[in-house]
Amino acid sequence: MATLSGFAAALTATDLQPPPGLAGPAGRRFAVYRNNVAVGLIGALEARFPAVRALVGEEFFRAMARDFTLSHPPASPVLMVYGDALPDFIAAFPPAADLPYLADVARIEAARTRAYHAADAPRLGPAAFAGIDPTAVAGLRLDLNPAVELVAAAHPACTIFRMALGLEPAGPIDPWLPQHTLVDRPAHDVTVRLLPPGAHAFLAALGAGAPLGAAAAGAADPRFDPAAALAELIGSGLACRIHLPETHDDDA
Amino acid sequence: MTQQLPCGAGVGFKPEHFAAIAADAPPLAFFEVHAENFMGEGGRPHAQLARLRETYALSIHGVGLSIGGEGPLDRAHLARLKVLIDRYAPESFSEHLAWSSHGGAFFNDLLPLPYTPATLARVADHIGEVQDRLGRRMLLENPSTYVRFEESSIGEVEFLRELVRRTGCGLLLDVNNVFVCATNHGTDARAYLADFPFEAVGEIHLGGHDADVDDAGAPLLIDAHGSPVADPVWTLFGEVIARAGPRPSLIEWDNDVPDWPVLRAEAERAAAILARAGAARAA
Repeated sequence: MATLSGFAAALTATDLQPPPGLAGPAGRRFAVYRNNVAVGLIGALEARFPAVRALVGEEFFRAMARDFTLSHPPASPVLMVYGDALPDFIAAFPPAADLPYLADVARIEAARTRAYHAADAPRLGPAAFAGIDPTAVAGLRLDLNPAVELVAAAHPACTIFRMALGLEPAGPIDPWLPQHTLVDRPAHDVTVRLLPPGAHAFLAALGAGAPLGAAAAGAADPRFDPAAALAELIGSGLACRIHLPETHDDDA
Repeated sequence: MTQQLPCGAGVGFKPEHFAAIAADAPPLAFFEVHAENFMGEGGRPHAQLARLRETYALSIHGVGLSIGGEGPLDRAHLARLKVLIDRYAPESFSEHLAWSSHGGAFFNDLLPLPYTPATLARVADHIGEVQDRLGRRMLLENPSTYVRFEESSIGEVEFLRELVRRTGCGLLLDVNNVFVCATNHGTDARAYLADFPFEAVGEIHLGGHDADVDDAGAPLLIDAHGSPVADPVWTLFGEVIARAGPRPSLIEWDNDVPDWPVLRAEAERAAAILARAGAARAA
């Protein structure tokens, strides 16, 4: 029963030797499997992280991805979620230390795939909020749509991501400020856009279960515009369920 | 639910073809998808698959269950397959005589196993568990292999036949894999096919391969699914169909995916061979 263990170990071994127990001279033959495994897993990461790849170049990306596949092999055959751990890996990857924004760009890309495959859910627009007693609004709790993800970054990661993929013209980024990003999937296509100051804290608090009033009051940024944030929340349909204050979790 | 694909030609569905397929409404017998690509919860993949399913028969083809693996089957993955199969009620579910996970790591490739009494018992147990859990018969596909194991004591066809006997599973005959293996191991594809238990075959696969050489300079074919079906594979397919009668037959083209008309033309070539054989048998 040791046959497959030896085979598995040799797939990623650095000595490039085929495992024992194979018939005939099997070097090049076994290398097909070794190559399939490496190319397949690295390719899955290349497909999921195109902006990171564009920022560091193909050679750097593949070498980094190779290291990642060896230290973090996928635990599941569902490769669409492979690489959730890549952003943290990048943050601790010494050769990428002079690109401190790279991990945050990877966080945006990881969120983008999760959003693409997230469960379908209602997107509550103005009509869903129209009948609510105005005095109850501050006490509303909302579930955010499963496709909504928030990425807080110490660098202008949203702009860098968009420039790397040609979604906006590349150029100098000035001023170089922290950026908070909203990843969403209004229909089937994922959107990645910059949130205004304070909106990230507001949406994150809502997502964590805070009532609307408390979430707005808790947004510490002095530039936070609660009316604009509410318009974004409702206009973009970021919520999928409303919990009225009197009945907590029972009413939709 | 009919647990049998219609006896015509189909293609592997690629999302980039969705709009062309919707506009073209091709007269194909079925589409096939890789199960693992539809294990997200929602969004475009499921919207497209649900739409295709309204019009076409469906084959769900797993590439990650690791039925040939040494360890127990991944129960979480089996549960995901169950959800997918309950949702789409496909006419066919198939997987491979191969392994892809070991020691908790997934390798994303269809890896070979030795054919011995012990591995036969293990694979039969795994197939039995899959069929019990999914509540249906599955098809098992013959693999492309690049190496052989010294300890193998059972021929591949005999191994497959015995799995059918022990588990009641059906077989997915990949004619390209037969040709690739025969070339790589210096064996005779026609002898392999002459012995194959066609009565168990619920589907046929046709795909393209790449050519390389091994350490001794001998031809080494790679099951790459990135090119048209090769002429010798078409010839073998014609012989199989002439002998066994028409079977649901699929064109696999997973890499360097061509424009829709190119893939459709490959399926039409298969459909013409199926139709000729059907007419000849009816005459």
